Amino acid sequence: MTTVAHVHEATDSPFALSHLDSLESEAVHIFREVAGEFERPVILFSGGKDSIVMLHLALKAFAPAPVPFTLLHVDTGHNFPEVIEYRDRVVAEHGLRLHVASVQDYIDAGTLRERPDGTRNPLQTVPLTEAIQQHRFDAVFGGGRRDEEKARAKERVFSLRDEFSQWDPRRQRPELWQLYNGRHAPGEHVRVFPLSNWTELDVWQYIQREKIELPEIYFAHEREVFQRNGMWLTAGEWGGPKESETVVTRLIRYRTVGDMSCTGAVDSDATTLDAVIAEIAASRLTERGATRADDKLSEAAMEDRKREGYF
Amino acid sequence: MSTSTEQPAAELAATTLLRFATAGSVDDGKSTLVGRLLHDSKSVLADQLEAVEHASRSRGQEAPDLALLTDGLRAEREQGITIDVAYRYFATPRRRFILADTPGHVQYTRNMVTGASTAELAVVLVDARNGVVEQTRRHAAVAALLRVPHVVLAVNKMDLVEYRETVFAAIAEEFTTYASELGVPEITAIPISALAGDNVVEPSANMDWYGGPTVLEHLETVPVSHDLTACHARFPVQYVIRPQTAEHPDYRGYAGQIAAGAFRVGEEITVLPSGRTTTITGIDALGESVDIAWAPQSVTIRLADDIDISRGDLLAPVGDAPATSQDVEATVCHVADTPLTVGQRVLLKHTTRTVKAIVKEIPSRLTLDDLSQHPEPGQLVANDIGRVKVRTAEPLALDAYADSRRTGSFLLIDPADGTTLAAGMAGESFASAKAVAPAAVENDEEGWDF
Repeated sequence: MTTVAHVHEATDSPFALSHLDSLESEAVHIFREVAGEFERPVILFSGGKDSIVMLHLALKAFAPAPVPFTLLHVDTGHNFPEVIEYRDRVVAEHGLRLHVASVQDYIDAGTLRERPDGTRNPLQTVPLTEAIQQHRFDAVFGGGRRDEEKARAKERVFSLRDEFSQWDPRRQRPELWQLYNGRHAPGEHVRVFPLSNWTELDVWQYIQREKIELPEIYFAHEREVFQRNGMWLTAGEWGGPKESETVVTRLIRYRTVGDMSCTGAVDSDATTLDAVIAEIAASRLTERGATRADDKLSEAAMEDRKREGYF
Repeated sequence: MSTSTEQPAAELAATTLLRFATAGSVDDGKSTLVGRLLHDSKSVLADQLEAVEHASRSRGQEAPDLALLTDGLRAEREQGITIDVAYRYFATPRRRFILADTPGHVQYTRNMVTGASTAELAVVLVDARNGVVEQTRRHAAVAALLRVPHVVLAVNKMDLVEYRETVFAAIAEEFTTYASELGVPEITAIPISALAGDNVVEPSANMDWYGGPTVLEHLETVPVSHDLTACHARFPVQYVIRPQTAEHPDYRGYAGQIAAGAFRVGEEITVLPSGRTTTITGIDALGESVDIAWAPQSVTIRLADDIDISRGDLLAPVGDAPATSQDVEATVCHVADTPLTVGQRVLLKHTTRTVKAIVKEIPSRLTLDDLSQHPEPGQLVANDIGRVKVRTAEPLALDAYADSRRTGSFLLIDPADGTTLAAGMAGESFASAKAVAPAAVENDEEGWDF
């Protein structure tokens, strides 16, 4: 005997949705749940591809009405100028409201101190959590995906944070069906991840399908870079290169967009969406493995940052 | 970045999405199976494997421990067990997969419920040497209770029983009989060795007596959508879209995700709980105007009459609307650490509607091992499955879970701190089918933990 009580159908019904349609439908449902149940939601918007896709989905979810959320950008002070320019253009184009929480302001005020390694990524947590408290945001959309990192793979779509924005992975609510539980006490908030189930490739395929514009640094271009900890970093006023490091001009592109001090470029000649997608499909490295210095700090670097309130 | 093109371009073509869950006891080889599926579908990338190898070496292990791929939390790695559901993603040229990797440990059965709630398919792993054991029956029962449409019995470690057909056939028959009694609609049994790779991705050369699909082949071809014409169409209203702009002064649309079935322009619908009727004049499918839309599409529906409709209302075809009631009878899985007791005030979240409710009765608690029932247990504790009767403050348009997983399911929530208390499935289930045996009551004050 082989199989039992089993009807094997080779073809899907005409009502099957493509994987991109399924993911889009799910993400839109999540946006609308938040709009229906929360008072003061905000979208974390960095000008990176995941937050760009998030905003695109939010625009579709409420069309023809405007997006009922404001945007929040945590500006490390080491952002790529092309990305800031893109951010401001998109905000103006859609008539959105943008809050900026600035790491530089905190450093200037003496509340945060520059780290010896120069990376400002972990410094984002304090400005982020203070902005959430100050504006009394009760739902904070992030573009995090579970495929990015193994601690993120454990994250719920609705992730309750206490009044200190802390994530406790052992006290997460079970998430059943599509019944998201957003109940929270005053002072607490919920982080919401509508792209939880998307992979890097899904994001790129969706960008292509929807013809979404991206900052130019995602496509191959010549740039002055130098090598540190095995990563190609952009030379600039933020603090690189040091004396022992040499600047070279290389044909590169960015696979993720973050703080200049810890986001590495990849060698690439992919100047079009088709080329980028082909490159990612063939890559043997994950997005974070290829480009993020801060996740290499320890096995639990992301979990530890998330516990403290990082997104 | 590598410039090799070893993955076929076909992977980039439009594919469908299958959500599935794995269940298995601690030593049944679940991590090995998951690891092999990920590895052989080229979903484990070089830096992830390197991290696992590095971590394995620093723990003094000789071979890379693939469980470290999925155990993402500090506490999980420290204890070497999976505590919480992890979601994994992989793809083949034919399909994309979301795998809910659920812990096998008995203490975390609620996490299997979590994983199974959104799964279209469950893989239940059995060790060929041990056959169907208690934990196998629990997993089958949870899959049946959650009404996962497809169940795969993966009889693992066939290499340790000399790949004998008789061993596999006996286990498959026992499991199929048990699961069919519970109402599992489709069962596929596959003999595998996750370690040796038999019948996981590649067909086995060691079991030429087996003529069925490999695990991956089955995952790639199992149908992901059902006959929508047989479903009752349901549309919970999530959000009312009223731009009130110069461009769209009169636009009023009801946004939501179609929970079941299909809706067409021109169709007459009933609004619940008010019972008013009207006609669909337009369906906007995220920017495109369409004549028909179906589950699980997120759409915006426009109606002929300007009637009072808000979040929490349900649209259903005239003549096929569910009855509304304030008395809910259901099977629940208790998922919180604090118990659920008779008389407790709770919130009930059903689709997009949250209402106050009181737990009126807990008629019985189920033992999954032998499906026996304990009458009037007084309370349900973590991981318990039982029957409850709940009275709600407002009428709900609830379907039987057997008819619709989406409109027959609900959460019970603690109004004080927002904790999710229980996962509810309305209507009858096998947990209510059997007569309650009064003999099974005594010696039970500590509650039943599995």
